[in-house]
Amino acid sequence: MLRFLFTVIRRDVLLAARRRGDWLTAQFFFVIVVSMFPLGIGPEPAMLRSIGPGVVWVAALLASLLSLDRLFADDYRDGSLEQAMLSPCPMALLTLGKAIAHWVINGIPLLLIAPLLGIQFNLPAAALWILVLSLAIGTPILSLLGSIGAALTLGLRGGGALVTLLIMPLYVPALIFGAGAVEGVLSGSGSEAHLSLLGAFLVLSLLLAPWVSAMALKVSVE
Amino acid sequence: MNWESWQAFWAMGGYGLYVWGSFGMTLLCLAAEIGLLRRHRRQVWRRLKRMKTWDAQ
Amino acid sequence: MNLYHYASPSTFYPWAGKLIPWFAALALILAAAGLYIGFFVAPTDFQQGEGYRIIFIHVPAAWMSMFIYVVMAFWSAIGLAFNTRQSFVMARALAPTGAMFTFVALWTGALWGKPMWGAWWVWDARLTSELILLFLYVGVMALQAAIDDPRRADRAGALLNLVGVINVPVIYFSVKWWNTLHQGASVSLTRAPSMAQTMLWGMLIMALAAWMYTIAVTLVRARTLTLERERQSEWVRARLEGQP
Repeated sequence: MLRFLFTVIRRDVLLAARRRGDWLTAQFFFVIVVSMFPLGIGPEPAMLRSIGPGVVWVAALLASLLSLDRLFADDYRDGSLEQAMLSPCPMALLTLGKAIAHWVINGIPLLLIAPLLGIQFNLPAAALWILVLSLAIGTPILSLLGSIGAALTLGLRGGGALVTLLIMPLYVPALIFGAGAVEGVLSGSGSEAHLSLLGAFLVLSLLLAPWVSAMALKVSVE
Repeated sequence: MNWESWQAFWAMGGYGLYVWGSFGMTLLCLAAEIGLLRRHRRQVWRRLKRMKTWDAQ
Repeated sequence: MNLYHYASPSTFYPWAGKLIPWFAALALILAAAGLYIGFFVAPTDFQQGEGYRIIFIHVPAAWMSMFIYVVMAFWSAIGLAFNTRQSFVMARALAPTGAMFTFVALWTGALWGKPMWGAWWVWDARLTSELILLFLYVGVMALQAAIDDPRRADRAGALLNLVGVINVPVIYFSVKWWNTLHQGASVSLTRAPSMAQTMLWGMLIMALAAWMYTIAVTLVRARTLTLERERQSEWVRARLEGQP
């Protein structure tokens, strides 16, 4: 079973590595969106520092969501998804594997770029570290919840916008705890509570999302 | 609770805009919902009847 | 009583039809009573003057918006578990009314907040949660609208509904947390005026009126949906025969 999981992950990562354009686009999207905010709001350093955590977090969400609607779509189109569904391995492992692969491909690069963007917003070093840590816990949650949205909207028009509409409200707690953790560092009130709650949300997502996503795939593919 | 006059009632102690703005929008929403419901029902009936005549032919 | 009896569309349709006038009448009577209490019996509030009377709509609407979402989730669960078509019809019929009440709660919340606290929109925990609830409703309706196959649309919407309902307590908790962190000594719309008995009664009766209205409207919508879905079946054709 574990081998099945690793096969799924390895396959998706390999496929993505061959099509570098897709995930590079998402990363540039992340950078560009973050840069839009000072252009729209003004460059005043203190203000940027206060909005920085929120802006970087929201932009990370959007960048991740961009690629989600394709999570199952390519496999669905060439028939390999239905083949996988016929196999004796539990579907929840397939969806878990896909979510993990999505995180490896899209989430990890975000973690590497986020500190640079945080510097653009005058975040101090301690805040930058918590920013990366909070995103490290938050982006897997997004991949997991996003897999549910991707499964539900498989093959539909409306694409990324529809998935975003469905998943964003469910994602609000992660955004609040994640950005709140960084703000906690900035305001001196500490980030442990936020990070623990975020971690709890991650555990909840890990336990439930693959299973729900598998159910959603069955609904969409039948 | 008595109101001294109709004017006092409509004025709502200065909050008239907000109170009647609330009740008004609510009535609007209810009317819209009921109206849309009736229109949908009419449309379905008409479409079903049309399909019935097609089948008969 | 065999519950599966009412799961059959041909039984549901006439039975619902008979119930609708009763619930509509109850809604009107209760609304009249509630509004009477709200405007003519409940006293002027010491702090908020006459403006507080908006709560006779705002609070019942907010309660209904949350209640309807949970009832939708109930029907979604039944539909997914027992594969009964009418359960999905009930869930779909409830959604627009739930969204409507959510919108009304937000609108009236803004109109209540403006004179009291000076801003059209206060990001307090309750209002923000209502806003997210509106997004949840819209999400389910958008998903079902985007899917052509009715069976897939039913099941996908039901699944999304259930995911939402599980997440709602988490969302509410996180929004409250967020709110207390950022608001400080600021105001909260959740602190209603200290309730006189009459105010409470007014709200409860209006809430009941809203509930009766919801049942009536939902049954109407469910009947129309049922007609559409069962258009090929004998009993629908028989009804059409009776029409010129």
